[in-house]
Amino acid sequence: MKFPVHTSPYGGLPNNVTRVMGEVLLALVPGIIALVYYFGWGVLINIVIAVITALAAEAGILRLRKRPVKPSLTDLSATVTAVLLAIALPPLLPWWMTILGVLFAIVMVKHLYGGLGYNPFNPAMAAYVLLLVSFPVAMTQWLPPQMLNEHPLTFTQTLAAIFGGGLPHDLTWDAITSATPLDAMREQLKMNKTISEIAQNPMWGDFGARGWEWVGNWFLLGGLFLLWRRIITWHIPFAMIAGLLLSSGLFWLFDAESMPFPGFHLFSGGMILGAFFIATDPVTASTTPKGRLIYGFLIGVTVFIIRSWGGYPDAVAFAVLLMNMAAPTIDYYTQPRVFGFRGKDNA
Amino acid sequence: MSTSNREIISNGLWNNNQALVALLGLCPLLAVSNTLINGLGLGLATTLVLISSNATISFIRNWVRQEVRLPVFVLVIASFVTAVELAMNAWFHDLHKILGIFIPLIVTNCTIVGRAEAFASRNPVPQSMLDGLSMGMGFTLVLMTLGGLREFIGQGTILAGAHLMFGEAARSLSFSMGADYHGLILAILPPGAFFGLGLLIALKHVIDKRNAQRADKPAQAPTAEPAAAEG
Repeated sequence: MKFPVHTSPYGGLPNNVTRVMGEVLLALVPGIIALVYYFGWGVLINIVIAVITALAAEAGILRLRKRPVKPSLTDLSATVTAVLLAIALPPLLPWWMTILGVLFAIVMVKHLYGGLGYNPFNPAMAAYVLLLVSFPVAMTQWLPPQMLNEHPLTFTQTLAAIFGGGLPHDLTWDAITSATPLDAMREQLKMNKTISEIAQNPMWGDFGARGWEWVGNWFLLGGLFLLWRRIITWHIPFAMIAGLLLSSGLFWLFDAESMPFPGFHLFSGGMILGAFFIATDPVTASTTPKGRLIYGFLIGVTVFIIRSWGGYPDAVAFAVLLMNMAAPTIDYYTQPRVFGFRGKDNA
Repeated sequence: MSTSNREIISNGLWNNNQALVALLGLCPLLAVSNTLINGLGLGLATTLVLISSNATISFIRNWVRQEVRLPVFVLVIASFVTAVELAMNAWFHDLHKILGIFIPLIVTNCTIVGRAEAFASRNPVPQSMLDGLSMGMGFTLVLMTLGGLREFIGQGTILAGAHLMFGEAARSLSFSMGADYHGLILAILPPGAFFGLGLLIALKHVIDKRNAQRADKPAQAPTAEPAAAEG
């Protein structure tokens, strides 16, 4: 009897795209459940629309490029892109905007640059930015979280709102939607209110905005799962959060009445999701250990800068895209020393 | 070194299209191609400058010494641009206001000095004028296509502002999808210009490839038959 002989290393699971993407999807589940609980069925419907569109677009473009369709379609990478985009979208976004965003992500951002592994920009975030820049009104109509929502929509009402744009008779868009916490904070700071005045509003919870803070926590749980499974390394999330906390903490120490508490920054908007799931995208992020720390830190700082002085309330997508552009340069200057060689002088 | 008129025209409009192949003059191309009429306006102004500068430079080509040719070209081009700008300010004042700085900037359009150096300084006047016309029209067509696409996708109109170019009677030429149309505003913004130009270049490559394949097929067919017989 002959046993198969493998070469070292012996430990570890086979690392293939399908497994990595599958575990990323699995890690997203708690956060998605939390999103559905707080913001209603719309989140789930968006995900379904996005995934179906992504798979169709992926199959179509692979046929056009004369590449084998099946392996790329089943490696779940298009699914992950679609899910990441869908959970960043407002729950009642009209269906065709979701489809447009996914088509842009898969066709323009992913495949026109050469497909999986070649795209310099994160497809989900590029699509998010496309939609945010193009449809600013629709993209900022978020629902209030479940405990503050006086008019929760049923499943069929949500379906009608997404596909027909129609709402039940007694409701208007203004009545059921509300600004996101970051948006509200920004608007009220613009009106020269102090943080302690703003904090009176029932939308703020224990350490962030109500509802949102728990969504953040559940995504954090998923992120820790990814760390434990070694799908991602600690560098990018750690550096990104550190960058945000350090920069926002510094300004908060100087002026606590007009600069929000660092914890608020961390648990609102897409920060946790971004730190663990989006910035860590293996294709578009920096790949050297030192480079990852720089890359993550700069994203965190950029997020704070854009949130505080930029034109948009949230900034994770913009920050990630900006640093995507910087990643090759960062990698170039942070090559680790090859074992057996000294530093550059003696090489 | 003489080129047939047919070749000059096809080079200008397609084979050596200054925007799609040479990728020259991208600054105005990307900046003012947000509507079809803007594109047409700037394209025509550029064409006018190209024809006149090519003609003049070709006319004086035997008197200008090699060492000082570029400053002379620039002087000639700048004079024509100033003339065209003043003319536009007089007769298309509103359009002139919209295009603003990009009309004087035609001076720096690489297409014009490029054609002066590459063509007009080596060819007789009639050919140079034809070259200016066809290069200018090629540039204008790309500007109009890009402008039309961006305008339609971004704000759901075509030929908006036609009255700026053709007078009040042309106001009815404008077509609009109506107020309900959600424009993809990105198309109007600068990134939209880059996406649009990239897609147009890709489209040109696809068409060229198709044409090349079609041209190859009749040539290959006879050689393929004996091989099949042997097998």
